[in-house]
Amino acid sequence: MILIHCPYCDEKRAELEFAYAGEAHIARPLDPSALSDEEWETYLFIRNNPRGRHHERWRHAHGCGRFFNAVRDTVTDKFETTYKAGEPRK
Amino acid sequence: MTRFSALSLFTKALGGHQSWPEQWPDAAPKPAYDAIIVGGGGHGLGAAYYLAKKYGITNVAVIEKGWIGGGNTGRNTTIIRSNYLYDESAHLYDHAVKLWDGLSQELNYNTMYSKRGVMMLAHNVHDVQSFKRHIHANRLNGVDNEWLTPEEAKAYCPPLNISPDARHPVLGAALQRRGGTARHDTVAWGYARAAAALGVDIIQNCAVTGIRRGADGAIEGVETTRGYIASKRVGVSAAGNTSVIMQMAGLDFPLESYPLQALVSEPIKPVFPCVVMSNTVHAYMSQSDKGELVIGAGTDQYVSYSQRGALHIVEHTLAAICEIFPIFRRMRMLRTWGGIVDVTPDRSPILGKTPVQGLYVNCGWGTGGFKATPGAGDLLAYTMAKDEPHRINAPFNLDRFRNGRLIDEAAAAAVAH
Repeated sequence: MILIHCPYCDEKRAELEFAYAGEAHIARPLDPSALSDEEWETYLFIRNNPRGRHHERWRHAHGCGRFFNAVRDTVTDKFETTYKAGEPRK
Repeated sequence: MTRFSALSLFTKALGGHQSWPEQWPDAAPKPAYDAIIVGGGGHGLGAAYYLAKKYGITNVAVIEKGWIGGGNTGRNTTIIRSNYLYDESAHLYDHAVKLWDGLSQELNYNTMYSKRGVMMLAHNVHDVQSFKRHIHANRLNGVDNEWLTPEEAKAYCPPLNISPDARHPVLGAALQRRGGTARHDTVAWGYARAAAALGVDIIQNCAVTGIRRGADGAIEGVETTRGYIASKRVGVSAAGNTSVIMQMAGLDFPLESYPLQALVSEPIKPVFPCVVMSNTVHAYMSQSDKGELVIGAGTDQYVSYSQRGALHIVEHTLAAICEIFPIFRRMRMLRTWGGIVDVTPDRSPILGKTPVQGLYVNCGWGTGGFKATPGAGDLLAYTMAKDEPHRINAPFNLDRFRNGRLIDEAAAAAVAH
């Protein structure tokens, strides 16, 4: 089981306390009705899925309950850093 | 290649089985091929075999970064079934089951396909209604599936606990009698041997590092760790690594790769006659011919290429198994492992052409690709030979994520897949 540092609680806790919430920094369209089918496809379905550095969202579900972002290597599962939601991409 | 027969076995036995030739040669890459398959698992080797066998395209290379069948082909739980809800899926998976039927004879290689039946347990009213809906939908599509009462389920699988006091009582079950298991390695080996006999080059330890496209955008060939190989037709059948390969061609795919774990127990005498799945408690199990209980766990929650998962996933699965089969509470588990599965947003595969001319894809089988091995190989070969999809795989195109014609088996199959 991986250990995850919650940037709000400032503690390293077991993965069981957290819920994965997919790729990070996917912005919801500001004007959804103006989007083309292609843009909807990209927003809803296309994912980076890299072999290596991955930006992702986690939620400290059984802790503070807040969403935050993380950078993790998908080959080693090692976390590079975690940071609060709203902070710029690392 | 020596054909396997009672006579050849007998003759070789006289010599202490010392004179068997290699099953297929370990080929080195040639500068160019008529077609290249990326990924030497069951699906890719199957595609190469059918390209050579059905469409006469024998100047084909299968390139594999590791060894034949060392990826998900050797890591799955070998379940075969076709009881999917939607028409498109039922046709796709049943096409594969029909091919499984004659595969050992066709390949002259024993795939050990055993129609021992796949039984899905219903634990609550929702399960009962949903499974009955599946049964009716399946029968309309010519796929066998039948409803069993708890007593009938117990008769079919004696270790089952059907006590009404159980934490998850068994209210009935859906049984597909044609479903079952096969020996996963032999499927890869059988296809490799049969394809090589028809002239296909099987190249191991050869990872794709780039995809070369011409000025018109069409495929020209692939860069590999063993040099450049030219081909106008490239079929990618790389499971969890599909996104990585597709990005080499400049394509972003609707895929996410997750670890999926499985485990086996110590071997015991035959006790478990069929495959049992329980979507509600997230468990499924069968017994291999070696005697090990083969248990499938769920996926880990995060994207990963590490081919290993967390222990709590395994614990969760074993807790469910012990609840439904109390007789296995004192069993010891021998091994656990993980494979990387590529999951699409609608949990249905993508099998067809891509926006790049000459590049074809077979991916997105997620947690349930083994059952489809012969069908996926056959349909990828058709699509590559004709440059258009077969009517069975036509709905499983990439465009569905743009036009919204999803095949949403995620909801239909509930959990296990």
